[in-house]
Amino acid sequence: MSGIQISNLKFSYASAGGFHMHIPRLDIAAGECVAIVGPSGSGKTTLLNLVAGTFVARSGEIDVAGQRLHNMTEGARRRFRIDQVGQVFQAFELLEYLSVAENILLPRLIDPDGRKSSDAQQRIQSLLASVGLQDKADKMPGELSHGERQRVAVCRAMFNRPALLLADEPTGNLDQDNKQKVVELLISQARQHDSMLMMVTHDHSMLDAFERVIDFAELVDSK
Amino acid sequence: MTGAFFLGWRYLRYHRLKSLVLLASVSLMMFLPTATRLLVADSATALTARAQATPLLLGERGGELELVLNSLYFHAEQPPQLPYSALDDVEDSGLADGIPLYTRFRSRGAPIVGTSLDYFEFRNLQLADGRMMGLLGEAVVGANVASEQGIGPGNNLVSSPETVFDLAGVYPLKMRVVGVLARSGSPDDDAVFVDVRTAWVIQGLGHGHEDLAQGKSSGSVLSRAQGTITANAALKQFNEITAENIRDFHFHGDTSGFPLSAVIIVPPDDKSATLLRGRYQNHESGYQVLVPGEVLDGLLETVFTIQNYIILGLMMLSLATIAVVTLVFLLSQQLRRGEFMTLKRMGASRGFVATLIASEIGFVLLGSLVMTAILSWVTRHYATEFLLSLVAL
Repeated sequence: MSGIQISNLKFSYASAGGFHMHIPRLDIAAGECVAIVGPSGSGKTTLLNLVAGTFVARSGEIDVAGQRLHNMTEGARRRFRIDQVGQVFQAFELLEYLSVAENILLPRLIDPDGRKSSDAQQRIQSLLASVGLQDKADKMPGELSHGERQRVAVCRAMFNRPALLLADEPTGNLDQDNKQKVVELLISQARQHDSMLMMVTHDHSMLDAFERVIDFAELVDSK
Repeated sequence: MTGAFFLGWRYLRYHRLKSLVLLASVSLMMFLPTATRLLVADSATALTARAQATPLLLGERGGELELVLNSLYFHAEQPPQLPYSALDDVEDSGLADGIPLYTRFRSRGAPIVGTSLDYFEFRNLQLADGRMMGLLGEAVVGANVASEQGIGPGNNLVSSPETVFDLAGVYPLKMRVVGVLARSGSPDDDAVFVDVRTAWVIQGLGHGHEDLAQGKSSGSVLSRAQGTITANAALKQFNEITAENIRDFHFHGDTSGFPLSAVIIVPPDDKSATLLRGRYQNHESGYQVLVPGEVLDGLLETVFTIQNYIILGLMMLSLATIAVVTLVFLLSQQLRRGEFMTLKRMGASRGFVATLIASEIGFVLLGSLVMTAILSWVTRHYATEFLLSLVAL
């Protein structure tokens, strides 16, 4: 069982008056690329955080890539995020004070067990080459266009060859041309590394590229 | 956790200006109280060392501090005077030796110290070049005077006129440099030393002119009557003492009444010093005997009190700086909440983020400590000397 299996998942914010979410069932196959659509504030981002192990469900079960997140300690969930999950955010979230290459290396830098390895530079160069930014390794994020920054963010997410790639409205800050490129890039990277892709989006023009589109409103139990 | 240190270092390097301002503020906060203490302590040591090496000073009754500063540092323009007989009195007492000091005149800004050869032995001053003064009109210069004015044995220097427009005032005397003292790191490096009688010649108490008794000087004679020769304005006065004219230099009047600025008293033991001090305690003598170390201790007590007030003020300033720096850090953390959240979402622990923040603070503190150490070293090695030179001590 190396995909995602969610059953009877219940979650509520301690401080958000009355928000609670119940997902009776969700299955995503290994290597599958799915888009999640739904109204703002419905809990799509919360679902990504639960699948990433950033948030902890009140009850229910989440299995991701063979790992039972609901039984894990906080430390084990952090380890899981570093090893198994790559994330791409709407506002890129690159560190302005690190170069492009150092930003891509960030998953290794935050890893308490991270060791220097000679293949890191090679990996960075190959990722940058795959997104057409091979000559930008030493640039700072402030010197790149929005589209280029998001491509660097994709490289960062793919650095550890994750089993799961999560993208939270990654095209929200991009023009139409770059939107298309970034979505194609995410899907091609996921397929190339045999990773699952879960992308939250409001942009329905992007949905054709995905194997499956999940309407979040149909996913949750509204009772 | 090396990743956290790397990120901390990169953050500070990227925000260079902000980091430098922060580093400078913290460095100054640490350095200023340290520098104040260092400067005061070093200046006090430099001031007292010379005073401690001077057992007693005899001078005209009056300002104690002025007498000490002038006698040790040749500081005053017009020091109070006492007659040369005061030196004789000290030596006649059999309780101590006396060394004359007459420091009224200057040569291109350097004080001319009229004294005796005993002074050099007393201050343990060695010759770097030439010989000690032996004749009237000869001078030995301190190391700084020699290097700054580019003079040495065989060169001449001229005393400065006290006032250009006073025709009856002190006229310049051309003196021959016969020796240069080795550097001693004391005010002696900045002085010109002459025999006390040469200082009197500068003042005009002794002078030299052509011999009126000889026939060739007849043009300068106004009248000759009963062994008394009266000269007219054509009489040629010497403004330089040479081997040819030294015999024509002479003093009018009793030299025991000629002026000194002070007398350094060198008693052989404490008992003699105490007895001698007792003799000058009565006000009728018109003189005072001082222990320079005690006088400077009084001055330093005041300086230390002021230092404590300054340090108190600096501590308040430091507290304000700490508050501002803390505020800057807190605001910075507030602005970086998104960044820290991203790190946590990617798998970084709270400890990692805390280490990142701590490393930035640590780097700034470490840099400030290094900066403070460098500034303190510079202060210790250069500022004290500079400060003392500013107050011309």
